[in-house]
Amino acid sequence: MRDIALVAFAQTDHRRTSDDLSEVEMLMPVLHDVLDQTGLKTADIGFTCSGSSDYLAGRAFSFTLALDGVGAWPPISESHVEMDGAWALYEAWTKLLTGDADTALVYSYGKSSPGSVRDVLTRQLDPYYVAPLWPDSVALAALQAQALIDAGDTDEPALAAVAARSRADAVANSHAQLRGSVPQGDYLVRPLRTGDCPPIGDGAAAVILAAGERARELCRRPAWIRGIDHRIEAHGLGVRDLTDSPSTRLAAEKAGAFERPVDTAELHAPFTSQEVVLRKALRLGDEVRVNPSGGALAANPIMAAGLIRIGEAAAGIHRGESDRALAHATSGPCLQQNLVAVLEGDPR
Amino acid sequence: MSKEPVAVVGVGQTKHVAARRDVSIAGLVREAAQRALDDAELTWADIDAVVIGKAPDFFEGVMMPELYLADALGAVGKPMLRVHTAGSVGGSTALVAANLVAARVHGTVLTLAFEKQSESNAMWGLSLPIPFQQPLLAGAGGFFAPHVRAYMRRTGAPDTVGSLVAYKDRRNALKNPYAHLHEHDITLEKVQASPMLWDPIRYSETCPSSDGACAMVLTDRAGAARAPRPPAWMLGGAMRSEPTLFAGKDAVSPQAGKDCAADVYRQAGIADPRRDIDAVEMYVPFSWYEPMWLENLGFADEGEGWKLTESGVTELGGDLPVNMSGGVLSTNPIGASGMIRFAEAALQVRGQAGEHQVEGARRVLGHAYGGGSQFFSMWLVGSEPPQS
Repeated sequence: MRDIALVAFAQTDHRRTSDDLSEVEMLMPVLHDVLDQTGLKTADIGFTCSGSSDYLAGRAFSFTLALDGVGAWPPISESHVEMDGAWALYEAWTKLLTGDADTALVYSYGKSSPGSVRDVLTRQLDPYYVAPLWPDSVALAALQAQALIDAGDTDEPALAAVAARSRADAVANSHAQLRGSVPQGDYLVRPLRTGDCPPIGDGAAAVILAAGERARELCRRPAWIRGIDHRIEAHGLGVRDLTDSPSTRLAAEKAGAFERPVDTAELHAPFTSQEVVLRKALRLGDEVRVNPSGGALAANPIMAAGLIRIGEAAAGIHRGESDRALAHATSGPCLQQNLVAVLEGDPR
Repeated sequence: MSKEPVAVVGVGQTKHVAARRDVSIAGLVREAAQRALDDAELTWADIDAVVIGKAPDFFEGVMMPELYLADALGAVGKPMLRVHTAGSVGGSTALVAANLVAARVHGTVLTLAFEKQSESNAMWGLSLPIPFQQPLLAGAGGFFAPHVRAYMRRTGAPDTVGSLVAYKDRRNALKNPYAHLHEHDITLEKVQASPMLWDPIRYSETCPSSDGACAMVLTDRAGAARAPRPPAWMLGGAMRSEPTLFAGKDAVSPQAGKDCAADVYRQAGIADPRRDIDAVEMYVPFSWYEPMWLENLGFADEGEGWKLTESGVTELGGDLPVNMSGGVLSTNPIGASGMIRFAEAALQVRGQAGEHQVEGARRVLGHAYGGGSQFFSMWLVGSEPPQS
């Protein structure tokens, strides 16, 4: 199989609102950033793939506006997934594997600020039996958190510790939206307090992938994708064990995550309780650095937050701070769909 | 490094209709998927991954519906990807699925595209008012009619060409049991007398609004060897995109369409598409797009496409049949429409197209486009495996 690596990563400073910017204006600096890092121009890119959601944008075909920003002229080989950018990266990875392209630009973005994102996300649920009840994303995560507490897997102080650690680590991340000492606050939906929940915000991210020697030309220490896989679970919460994430475990197995220990893990866990589920599924011990970026509890731009996890894991390898990292992305209520990537740097 | 050859071994679709009130969205997609599996004589357990596509989520009012459809498509415990590239999405979805096989990530992949337009109203779903942005104006017809007028002015094509396309496609649909519109009493006069919607596009020259799904089973060489019926082999596939609006854009014959076709022909070793390709299933939502795409895809010189239509070359019994299934003009579940084109191409080279079979079809092009004539996806399939 062809060796493919992340050679550049960029993200916005994530903000509660970005009224002053359109999606394209939010995305453009990030695209320029990854191109500048590699010295590539749009015309040099072999394949472009993006992830975004019409429901967040409030309009059909919202991704076409972003494409104008990319500068798709002369015409480019391009695709789009209505998923987090982590899955756009997966599509680009398969495209590079076929040998049709040697480089790929992957980007994703989401503005949660224009609407009530808790309400918007209810539109993801079974449209006949669940969505009419409007159970929101925090309420569903609270069900999961309570199931974990009932099973003895965690308790409220442990969840508070996840929140505190994430925001403390985010102090070193200039892009983070919520960092430093953040009070746990009142219950938003019991047992989850405001501190257990992600900030609502707007943001974008981009990465560049390159194959083989091309990756070494473009990056001093490429973050090689040693494995990447994703799996989905049943949609009905009633048929799932919410205290476990078999899809994450299976994706990790297929990605080769359990073959050797990782030193770092970037987990897409928007709620503190979901980190508990993911740590168990991924068998991460205390020796693994989890979410040194602060994770989704520090910045959670929907549709980009998963891609940012892969980007952050890669950036740690680029900087020489990590040699083997795991990155995870999730989609759907209560971790329904999960992607795991294993990244490695060349030996130092 | 060589790619794994990709074969289509199963095709399934629903009977397309205006409203499938008897099934849920899940029921609709499962029906098409089950038929594709039956055609391939495979079971859900044989599928390694699912790639699903559809047009904007507003058309059904479900955000990222693949999450809810995971169970219905047997995807639990498997990888599931959701593609959205505007009107070309059905084609793009098939190509994303094909890449999983070509890259040897998976052996057998189920790909499916659908739209259940009766859940909502597509025209207004496309026309949500956004502050400070140019409105699309009453759906796609209002957007594309000026491009058709530009084509007529540029080529001097007679006014009747559009009605000839519609008359042909609606008659082809009578031979296709899955087509939405079955107008048994259609006449050319009726098409030409139908009300003008967006000048020069008349009511009978525009696509219907359909509920429907289309699915295919794609597999590798080993899978094809086990197939009960002849496979269709992918000989080339490509996607191209360009911006919606920019100075110098040719809305009549977009560069992205030309580039996409050229890429497919290069992969498949096609020197002269008119000679080397036996039939074309192309995305014609408004009748005049047949002559326009014939030129864009290289089947006719610039300004000459309408002459192929007018002289009957594109009829089912013609020298280059176009839209044997009845096309988008007879069936349009938007998100699925691209995949139906790709699937029809596969059915033709497999010899499985029934009454609308083109005798001896060995290489057939499937074509889809979307957005403001800016997203293109195409594949060429053949009855024989690729040479390399």
